[in-house]
Amino acid sequence: MISTGPFFLDQIFFIVFPYVAVIIFLLVSIRRYRTEAFTFSSLSSQFLENKQHFWGLVPFHFGIITILLGHVIAFLFPREVLAWNSVPLRLYILEASAFIAALLTLIGLGALIFRRVTDPKVKKVTSWADWVVFASFVVQILSGIYVAIFHSWGSSWFASLAAPYLWSLVTLSPDITYVTAMPWMVKLHIVSAWLMIAFAPFTRLVHILVAPNPYFWRKPQVVRWYSLLRNRV
Amino acid sequence: MNVRSQISMVFHLDKCIGCHTCSIACKNIWTDRKGTEYMWWNNVETKPGTGFPTKWEDQEKYRGGWELKEGNLRLKSTSKAKTVTNIFHNPSMPSMDDYYEPWTYKYDELFNAPEGPDQPTARPISMVTGEYINVEAGPNWDDDLGGSPVYAESDPNLKGLTEDQRQQLFAIERLVFFYFPRICNHCLNPSCVAACPSGALYKRGEDGIVLIDQKRCRGWRACVAACPYKKTFYNWSTGKSEKCVLCYPRLETGQAPACFHSCVGRIRYLGVLLYDADRIEEVAKLRDEQLIDGHRSLVLNPHDPAVIAAARANGIHDSVIESAQASPVYKFVKEWKLALPPHIEFRTMPMLYYVPPMSPVMANRGDDTVSSVSGEFFHDIEDSRVPLQFMANLFGAGHQGKVVYALKKQKAVRTYRRAKTVGDIPMETAEKMLREADCSIEQAEAVYNLTSLCTFEDRFVIPPMHREEAIEMMRDPAEHKTAVGFGFMEPPKRGL
Ligand code: HEM
Ligand code: SF4
Repeated sequence: MISTGPFFLDQIFFIVFPYVAVIIFLLVSIRRYRTEAFTFSSLSSQFLENKQHFWGLVPFHFGIITILLGHVIAFLFPREVLAWNSVPLRLYILEASAFIAALLTLIGLGALIFRRVTDPKVKKVTSWADWVVFASFVVQILSGIYVAIFHSWGSSWFASLAAPYLWSLVTLSPDITYVTAMPWMVKLHIVSAWLMIAFAPFTRLVHILVAPNPYFWRKPQVVRWYSLLRNRV
Repeated sequence: MNVRSQISMVFHLDKCIGCHTCSIACKNIWTDRKGTEYMWWNNVETKPGTGFPTKWEDQEKYRGGWELKEGNLRLKSTSKAKTVTNIFHNPSMPSMDDYYEPWTYKYDELFNAPEGPDQPTARPISMVTGEYINVEAGPNWDDDLGGSPVYAESDPNLKGLTEDQRQQLFAIERLVFFYFPRICNHCLNPSCVAACPSGALYKRGEDGIVLIDQKRCRGWRACVAACPYKKTFYNWSTGKSEKCVLCYPRLETGQAPACFHSCVGRIRYLGVLLYDADRIEEVAKLRDEQLIDGHRSLVLNPHDPAVIAAARANGIHDSVIESAQASPVYKFVKEWKLALPPHIEFRTMPMLYYVPPMSPVMANRGDDTVSSVSGEFFHDIEDSRVPLQFMANLFGAGHQGKVVYALKKQKAVRTYRRAKTVGDIPMETAEKMLREADCSIEQAEAVYNLTSLCTFEDRFVIPPMHREEAIEMMRDPAEHKTAVGFGFMEPPKRGL
């Protein structure tokens, strides 16, 4: 799979990185959940600063969740995305919505960072890992926006190039020819994504893994009995 | 009938001296850690006053508790749909400014100050940032400031008072206030539990204590917004919410909770109530004026053979049923109807009840003289120094009936005891008052005994918690004993 040659670095970035990143992500997340469940928290700081909070957290999350979902959908259903994009108007709508979501994320991120720097209380609960996370988001979002502007119709070429690359990783037959010819900014975006995935389980980003779900189907009241015989609500 | 048992409480406000011993006992045991400095699981408020956090009773502002919407019970602060939009930024979340910024003093400045003409001072520093701060609020900032135009006048319970009644509260040299100690009410219909997106909060089946599973809490902080009494707190350091645990480790070893144990005024009573869990929802949907009766009707008579049979069928241990029969709370709440739930209109069905305090007017100041109001030992309840409407807003969902009943009975018992021991009131008068207050002589004696002569054992009837049985069911108790200690196996430390 890996050979030395002109594409040696590409092989490191696009074959070694992804596998290592995903393995680290899985192992560390599971170990952390099993031995340090207490550290799984959103680490909210709304209690310490409640005015700027809205302007950072809300646009950032709505933006980033839309963008991430977009990536996941294009990865899972590349054919459908291409079919949707075959009508220019639909392509424009998709691209414009994605771009707005990216801008929202960027604005939100800016507000988050500003808040972390300026509010003395919030600063106090900011760890070095938070700064790494913010820095990597800056790289990730700016490179993403650059790509969207200068290498247009990403929703289509993601489906025809990035999706097969990702699938080749999933099927353990990595084929990097899809990505080696890409512009360097796209490559940066991909490499930094792998780095983020590797680092995420060490940071506050684990809150994504425990995003609430039982709420949508459980009864309002929760009663716990000690005894197994009495396990009813 | 679905009988469950609940450890319930009564606070007798007429006995509270406002010493804050309870708060300190609690703080020393539970909230002296980083991130919890600002929390007071037990706090003592001056009423009228704004309380802690400031104006917590104003649900227009905090949006805690339940409301009736088209016949359905709905949380004011959240819903399944709203969770999606509010989880990133909760619009009903109070911030530290609503409580206070905890501080300590730079004591070393007392020792290290260079010699000079002034006494050295220890300046306050924030326990969050470590920087010097100007202290602008504290947990009992309005202590004893009844009559204050800044604090007392902002009390949400002044709603609906006439101008005269306000005058009465704020007239110079007629100021009046009483103390209102608060802990978590361990409600039957807890809105904190219902609001948690992670299902981390729960009510313990066997004793009704409401807890937050620290390992499942994710810091979505919906409970803080949803509790109308503001008794769940967000730990800004660990990123988890915390609340009063009713000292369950103490209860499980037969000891009263620390605030109960240490109470100087001996105002606190604790005991088991049996209740019908099937009817909670029905009662929580009643109209405001029916809520107190409805709430009382949930509490079952532990001497009734049918209730006992149903309790046994539900797996409630005989020892717990016996404990319920001896419960001082049952007497205050159900038999004597002296104790009332606070703000029942929030519809969480609180299981901490209050005996409303009396505020007799013994004398009034005229132009230059102080004259006693009436020749009698006690004036009419209607003329209490604290307007009845104020009490009713606090303990009667705005309706005076139940409050007047409780105050009248207390007054009758006092008059009766006065007639008996001092003798300056004719016994016929006293007996007439008792009759009017729906109180027999036996009951009057019982109320007197449990109010004034109560021992430790009278006040706290703690049921055996039977944890050992629960453990036996899962593993060998000897093995369990070696495998667990107290507290967390994993340190409660914030992650990166
Ligand atoms: C899946 C659903 C998600 C939920 C329910 C969620 C919820 C939250 C909450 C409650 C906070 C704390 C906000 C506060 O300070 O009060 C938070 C912070 C944060 N979340 Fe999420 N999040 C989600 C997904 C994501 C995703 C997908 C990302 C990025 C990949 C992300 C990145 C962040 C970051 C960087 C912070 C820290 C912001 C700051 O406080 O400065 N979250 N999230
Ligand atoms: S210790 Fe007792 S008397 Fe003192 S403030 Fe607390 S409740 Fe009141």
